[in-house]
Amino acid sequence: MSDPLLRVRDLCVDFGANPAIRGVNFDLSAGETVGLVGESGSGKSTLARAILRLLQPVRGRVEFLGMDLLRCSGAALRAHRRDLQIVFQDPLASLNPRMTVGEAIGEPLQIFEPRLTAGDRVRRVSAMLERVGLGAGMAGRYPHEFSGGQCQRVGIARAMILSPKLLICDEAVSSLDVSIQGQIVNLLLDLQRESAMAVLFISHNLAVVRYLSHRVLVIYLGRLVEVALCDALFATPKHPYTRALLAAVPQLPSATAAPAAPMVHAAPAVPAPSAASAVPVLPAEPIRPARLMASGCAYRDRCPYVLPICETKDPPLLEASAGHWVACHRSQETLIPLSFA
Amino acid sequence: MIPTLSIDELSIRFSHRAGTIEAVDRLSLKIAPAECVGIVGESGSGKTQVFMAAMGLLAGNAEVSGSVRFEGSELLGAEPSTLNRVRGSKITMIFQDPMTSLTPHLKIGTQLAEVMVSHLGMPWRDARASAGRMLDRVQVPESKRRLNQYPHELSGGMRQRVMIAMSLLCEPSLVIADEPTTALDVTVQAQIIELLRAVRGESGVALALISHDLAVVAGLADRILVMYAGRIVEDASAQELFRRPRHPYTAELLKCIPSISGPRPLRLPTLVGQPPRPAEVLEACPFAPRCSRAADRCRIERPQLTGPATGQVACHFPLA
Amino acid sequence: MGAFADEAARRLKSNPAAVMALGVTCAIIVLTLIGPWISPNDVQTLDWLHIAASPGAQSSHWFGTDRLGRDLFVRTLAGTRVSLAIGLAASAVSLLVGVTYGAIAGYIGGRTDHLMMRLIEILTGLPLIFFVIFLTVIFGRSEYLLFFAIGAVGWLTMARIVRGQTLSVRQMEFIEAAIASGASTGRIILRHVVPNVIGPVIVYATLTVPQIILLESFLSFLGLGIQEPGASLGTLIAEGAAEMEAAPWILLAPGGFLAILLLCLNIFGDGLRDALDVKDR
Repeated sequence: MSDPLLRVRDLCVDFGANPAIRGVNFDLSAGETVGLVGESGSGKSTLARAILRLLQPVRGRVEFLGMDLLRCSGAALRAHRRDLQIVFQDPLASLNPRMTVGEAIGEPLQIFEPRLTAGDRVRRVSAMLERVGLGAGMAGRYPHEFSGGQCQRVGIARAMILSPKLLICDEAVSSLDVSIQGQIVNLLLDLQRESAMAVLFISHNLAVVRYLSHRVLVIYLGRLVEVALCDALFATPKHPYTRALLAAVPQLPSATAAPAAPMVHAAPAVPAPSAASAVPVLPAEPIRPARLMASGCAYRDRCPYVLPICETKDPPLLEASAGHWVACHRSQETLIPLSFA
Repeated sequence: MIPTLSIDELSIRFSHRAGTIEAVDRLSLKIAPAECVGIVGESGSGKTQVFMAAMGLLAGNAEVSGSVRFEGSELLGAEPSTLNRVRGSKITMIFQDPMTSLTPHLKIGTQLAEVMVSHLGMPWRDARASAGRMLDRVQVPESKRRLNQYPHELSGGMRQRVMIAMSLLCEPSLVIADEPTTALDVTVQAQIIELLRAVRGESGVALALISHDLAVVAGLADRILVMYAGRIVEDASAQELFRRPRHPYTAELLKCIPSISGPRPLRLPTLVGQPPRPAEVLEACPFAPRCSRAADRCRIERPQLTGPATGQVACHFPLA
Repeated sequence: MGAFADEAARRLKSNPAAVMALGVTCAIIVLTLIGPWISPNDVQTLDWLHIAASPGAQSSHWFGTDRLGRDLFVRTLAGTRVSLAIGLAASAVSLLVGVTYGAIAGYIGGRTDHLMMRLIEILTGLPLIFFVIFLTVIFGRSEYLLFFAIGAVGWLTMARIVRGQTLSVRQMEFIEAAIASGASTGRIILRHVVPNVIGPVIVYATLTVPQIILLESFLSFLGLGIQEPGASLGTLIAEGAAEMEAAPWILLAPGGFLAILLLCLNIFGDGLRDALDVKDR
């Protein structure tokens, strides 16, 4: 078993007094796609930026190819950037409006392969444009001349031109129409298969994450609450938050039966999604800001299974079954819902 | 029975320095009293523009033709005073972004009460009391306290509830909800959908639900209109649409939506190409370039919406 | 950059006032360059026969002569040349210094920005006239002193503007993307920040030229700058002011040129701002 490509240990990020990321640990191996799901305020985008050191964490280690990215020098960090790339959410905003698409895609080449002749650079940019389905002739155009989906292809081309070992996709398809998000997703998968690249796919869209990922991490208010293989997570979610998320996803009527086989419970706390009338009226959003919840489980305000211990002790992420980790004091129990407002 | 909203041959064009853009092309639809109609479409479908025209909120460079009748009276080209009597009281709108649709420097209570004071002539004290009751009805906890808060003190989901409350204050006949849950987290979205269902059940108001998310619409709508490139391509009851989509675009779109249950496909289904740029559409089927069933007729003749009242489709070679 | 420049040029062309202003400015520039060839007279020659002569066709002095008999036409053109040269050169320097200073301060931020801005505030607070008088007392009158004084203050507002623009550009996602791509700070400032702040900068630079010309004229008018027999619009106006009642043309020629030049440059600058300020790209 080779060393993981990326090792994140005890990562903590604060925004002033507010803790945004609190003690996150995970590994990522070559060729693996890990999905990171969470809602707004969960810290998933912050995590991406912390890994890339686009902001400075308070504590923790981010070991990439053996080197701690958070403690190395600026020059060493920049050198590693060729292997660690990101595709952003807003395709148009992530492109310099005053640069042609060809210049934008070619910039990593100028930075990391300065000895390349202009002609070679143009050839590689053209090849990349073709590979992402845009056509070499588009190199002279400006970002505002493209649609959202096309801009996202440009972003991917720019990220991929140096064949990075790890690609972070931060809500990369969220702003695209459903009918074309598949184009981008399939492109990412093809590129990954060609190069054994690892992908960290951050999204709030559970269905897309399910499609892409080998493993899934669920993050809530800056903490990982569940980590599992993709099929296991969607078939048997163990954390109450994960189950609430899955239950809340609106389903098309033609979909097959309820996604989450209930945990071994006396009664399902969160009912099957098609029975829409019985969604429990629990607070759907965090009530107290994260800084006031320094101890205890972050989810306790919204959890139907809450116990006194949840107020005082923060549940550690423990392995509930093989490869399936949950941060919940009650993950091993047979649960009966305590409250149903 | 007079339909609550009746749109006939509505066309909306925007003149730009680069040319003219046809956002909506000869569109007709009807919404019956107490009916919930879902309007589904992707970027460039024109779904929002149709209802902006109904509310008189189109941009200055828009050219509109056709007719939009609300409970029998024409809205297009109506006097501003007539329009203002109807807008905000009888026909109300909920927007996508709860952050920008509430006035930031006014308290919630003031904004809610103002609606009733100006439309119904209610005195301020009564209006605030009604506002508090309405907040209870939309399940905003601690409604008394909320009345005195400013929009930025509320979460996104709470603000959207306030918007819903505001839209119901004068007992409207029609509420237009433009992507009401798109900016919200999925757990909050589920609750807002629930709320809209409850509100419909209690008050019998007609609801026009605009969304790009078919699953959101599926939970609420009686009838669904699928729009593409400024036209309606399919109009069917909710059950029929999902069970037996008749337009190739609808069928393909349904396949593109990934699910959290069921088998995982090897490749995520997708549509080739992109929706046509609004300036490009001509007398032809707008979906023809991307349709696997397209024939010569599709490229030269515009298909009209035909079929029984239960399910209409605009396609020369529909699926069923 | 090509597409934006074309678009801006198109908008500019459709603005008749700006086009005319540009035309007049160019005409003046051309005149100052070819003037000495078309007139028979010379800047320095004292024509004893026509002292303080009014403008007329009978002599070859089209704008008349001054108290010493020098031809006003040629002198006015020479003065305009000097004023324009100083205006353009000083504007170019303030552009370069201001953009560099402002972009660095705005992008790096933190303590560096803090210190750099404090320096600007100190310099802004400097009473310019006293400063120039002080320097004149020490070093005597000269063009170089004038240039130095103008240079010391000309770039200040430009730096502020560029810093402000940089602060807002810095938040944009493509800057983050550039950092994530491994670009160095210098590269980001040069290739990503500066091209995106250049719009307001060009406009301000164009409006700086008339400001500097006016400043130079003012200083020269006060006697702190260009010396005899050199001429700038300011010195000419000073001379003209002294003779205002007896020989008004000595004031009117340079005064008129200054007024027209300032007006045209300002109108053109406004037009340029309108052309470049496209919100709905």
